[in-house]
Amino acid sequence: MADNPNPDLDIPETVTPAEKPKKKGVKRRIFLAGSALLVGGGIFGVWWTDSSAKAKANALIGGAGKQAFGSVMTIAEDDTVTVFSPHIDFGQGSHTALGQMLADELDADWGKVVIEQAPADLAFANAALAKGFLPTMAGETLAGLIPDAVIGMMARSMPLMITGGSSAIRFTGEIAMRRTGAAVRAALIAEAADRLGVPESELTTADSVVTHAKSGKSLRYGELAAGAAERSLSSDPVLKTREQWKLIGKPVPRRDIPAKVDGSAVYGIDFTLPDMRVATIAAAPVRGGTLESVDEAPALAVKGVEKVVKLPDAVIVVAKGYWPATKGLAALSPKFTDGGHGAMSTPAIYAAQDKLRKGGKPDNEAGDGDVDAAFASAGAKTVEAEYRVPFLHHAMMEPFALTGHFKDGTLTIWGGLQDPLSTRARAAKAAGLEMDQVVFNPMIMGGGFGRRFPDIVEIIDQIALLAKQVPYPVKLVWSREEEVRHGSYRPQSSAGLKASLQSGQITGFRMDYAQSGNAEGEVPFIYKIPATSRRHFAYQSNQIDGPWRSVNATQIGFYTESFMDELALAAGEDPYKFRRRHLPEGSRHLKALDEVAKRSGWGTPLPEGVGRGIAIVESFDTIVAEVVEVALKDDGSPKVLKAFAVVDCGTTINPLNAEAQIMGGLIMGLSSAIGEQVTLDKGAVVESNFGDYPILKLADAPPAVDVIFIASGAKTGGIGEPGLPPASPALANALASLTGKRIRTLPILTQAKA
Amino acid sequence: MATSFTVNGKQVSVEAEADTPLLWVLRDDLGMTGTKFGCGIAACGACSVHVDGAITRSCSVPVSEIAGKAVTTIEGLKGADGMLHKVQQAWIDAQVPQCGYCQSGQIMAAVALIEQVGTPSDAQIDEAMTNICRCGTYPRIRKAILAATGAAAQTGEA
Ligand code: FES
Ligand code: FES
Repeated sequence: MADNPNPDLDIPETVTPAEKPKKKGVKRRIFLAGSALLVGGGIFGVWWTDSSAKAKANALIGGAGKQAFGSVMTIAEDDTVTVFSPHIDFGQGSHTALGQMLADELDADWGKVVIEQAPADLAFANAALAKGFLPTMAGETLAGLIPDAVIGMMARSMPLMITGGSSAIRFTGEIAMRRTGAAVRAALIAEAADRLGVPESELTTADSVVTHAKSGKSLRYGELAAGAAERSLSSDPVLKTREQWKLIGKPVPRRDIPAKVDGSAVYGIDFTLPDMRVATIAAAPVRGGTLESVDEAPALAVKGVEKVVKLPDAVIVVAKGYWPATKGLAALSPKFTDGGHGAMSTPAIYAAQDKLRKGGKPDNEAGDGDVDAAFASAGAKTVEAEYRVPFLHHAMMEPFALTGHFKDGTLTIWGGLQDPLSTRARAAKAAGLEMDQVVFNPMIMGGGFGRRFPDIVEIIDQIALLAKQVPYPVKLVWSREEEVRHGSYRPQSSAGLKASLQSGQITGFRMDYAQSGNAEGEVPFIYKIPATSRRHFAYQSNQIDGPWRSVNATQIGFYTESFMDELALAAGEDPYKFRRRHLPEGSRHLKALDEVAKRSGWGTPLPEGVGRGIAIVESFDTIVAEVVEVALKDDGSPKVLKAFAVVDCGTTINPLNAEAQIMGGLIMGLSSAIGEQVTLDKGAVVESNFGDYPILKLADAPPAVDVIFIASGAKTGGIGEPGLPPASPALANALASLTGKRIRTLPILTQAKA
Repeated sequence: MATSFTVNGKQVSVEAEADTPLLWVLRDDLGMTGTKFGCGIAACGACSVHVDGAITRSCSVPVSEIAGKAVTTIEGLKGADGMLHKVQQAWIDAQVPQCGYCQSGQIMAAVALIEQVGTPSDAQIDEAMTNICRCGTYPRIRKAILAATGAAAQTGEA
């Protein structure tokens, strides 16, 4: 089952070509999908050309009666096609979509296609992902896109097997899945032509059968697989045209959903082993602090508690179950240092950022033209505004939970993380083991939103250290409080924007923003303005800033699109028309903006007490324009009544799922804008759980979201993230139009109150 | 201390400390992991089950209070013939789940609502469906509830 990874997956320690299981009569001469997938001379290519990696991949996924093609798919004698996804599906539907892409090119019978998680092995490293990212690697895009995960791996000369940056479909799907499907189909046709003694051109394929219409003969893929696997695969197979697609672009139901409605799906937190113990943890409240001392006795006095384990910066209680572990932990009074960060606070961070920006010495600079000259030019009207956004918690609904077992020199880990290979590397490092001594079994994830990149996941170190100290398997579960207080947050960030207007036209536009990472290259500036300047001022707090769904596009989108409305107001023009005039004629952006205005009835009268706002942001190669209609509740907090999203992601692989992703992104964007913030006091996080970190609920979410896709056929963009960034500025813009009050600091809470 | 009650129609007796929340008895003692842990403070609804038919956040009810009662979990919604409950089927038809982690609780809340009021209005859905879904599946949850009760979505989803 696609999303029910086999927890007992047996990954051999080392399988060399000589040892690999041989099938009688079939010479395993397997070719990967060829040079089309190689990254020119890079460190990634080695895994695609290295024959032992290939052999290992095949040893892992092949088997009796199953022919493996590359490390991507197998065909069994009964025609079952199994697609191995190197990505982890944490709810974004990528497994089904990747399967659709491969199966369409293969002309496989969709009913007999199974999608499985690829084993966490180097042999499944995703060269397609490297290739997809390569064009942007020249610039600094990558640094912001997937901050340390990718870069860390490159530094370690490791290949890619990650899920993030809305990458699954854009890179793996377009590059690996479609090509492999097409190449294997060609090999099946060649095999059938030889067997039937007919020219390939007379053969057709459909539903996993090769047919020779003239003679009425046909052969099933399962019958042809062994022979086809002997053939070398074309590196540049002919792909179907858009008109020929049967599965791509179709609303295919997701394969993982049935197990998610009857409680049978097994997430990382659900995993259990005989004799397993359950543990929970409290880390130093101030990030960077260390454990000074703890009296273990009160925990050990709790029935069911077996052990207290001290880590340099945390204390763990191991018990017979989660409840006694929790009680044991609550009984402790550990003393932690503040690591010298006791003065860190939310206001202090904003103050430090303001100072940096006003100091005028940016760490990174981008833009065109002379902004200062534009500001100084005679007759220019300048507008300025400052914006602030807080740290945000990912709030994946499944708290972190990893199970570890250290036995006979091998550490085995089970759980849900975005990059199996980096997980192994990090665990090995923490436990003082070689990577080969660590086995990781990826499991279904209860949400991710950027939180599950191993580089920012300390629970990997914690389980590695813990498992080495106990003789039994142990599941370490983070409480929600631990999640909220030890996150890798969307960075707290602030910006000063300034622009000059001349005859209603923006002549100069500057954005100075202070935060940890440089956002340049990640969030394209879409407006046509003669002089622009974007300056990044690097500021690092004691917190770990992580990628949070749509990464830097959330705050950069909020700054830019809020300010565009402020400029429209200063120019005395309707914000939609004002944006229109500043977007390139004939652009995809303009089309998306026009479409959302049309769908939402922009300009039509609204009921009393309702405001409307618009915003457009491009991220991950996808353009999303959104309009929301908002009213105020009695307490002065906003209630979104209607939402519209127009999306140009080039091609939609599965419209049903893509709609859900955009809708979910938009709602998460509204939720964060309305009520979410992680604040610091004396270096520690103040919020603790959903009581003080409120997530938008059904009653306050728009009852429906009108999602429209523009099939532009442009390069395939992401869909998991881009729905989010326009939501917060569209909402702030709607509130400003309703109340006349401009909200420049998030969250909104009751700021819009009259 | 042994506590007896029924889960999905089956009599069970568990040895657990009296203050152990029902959630952890279900998950750790009975190995029934369909009921999820999200917050532990009755704020998210991931742990929702029915106790004597009433929607209950199992993370915040000690097992001692369950003695003699009838608990229904997500695993117990299917009919004896293995057929999905109409709400589960509606969830598949509307393709509600994304990560799916909150959905056991959402479905239990929806079933309780429908058992209570029959065909709920939008306002009744707003009031009853207070479980958190971080993936933002709310519009489809609403659509699925209305579909399960034979009512077309009043608000509609494009
Ligand atoms: S876990 Fe019970 S309400 Fe959140
Ligand atoms: S489906 Fe992921 S939290 Fe609801």
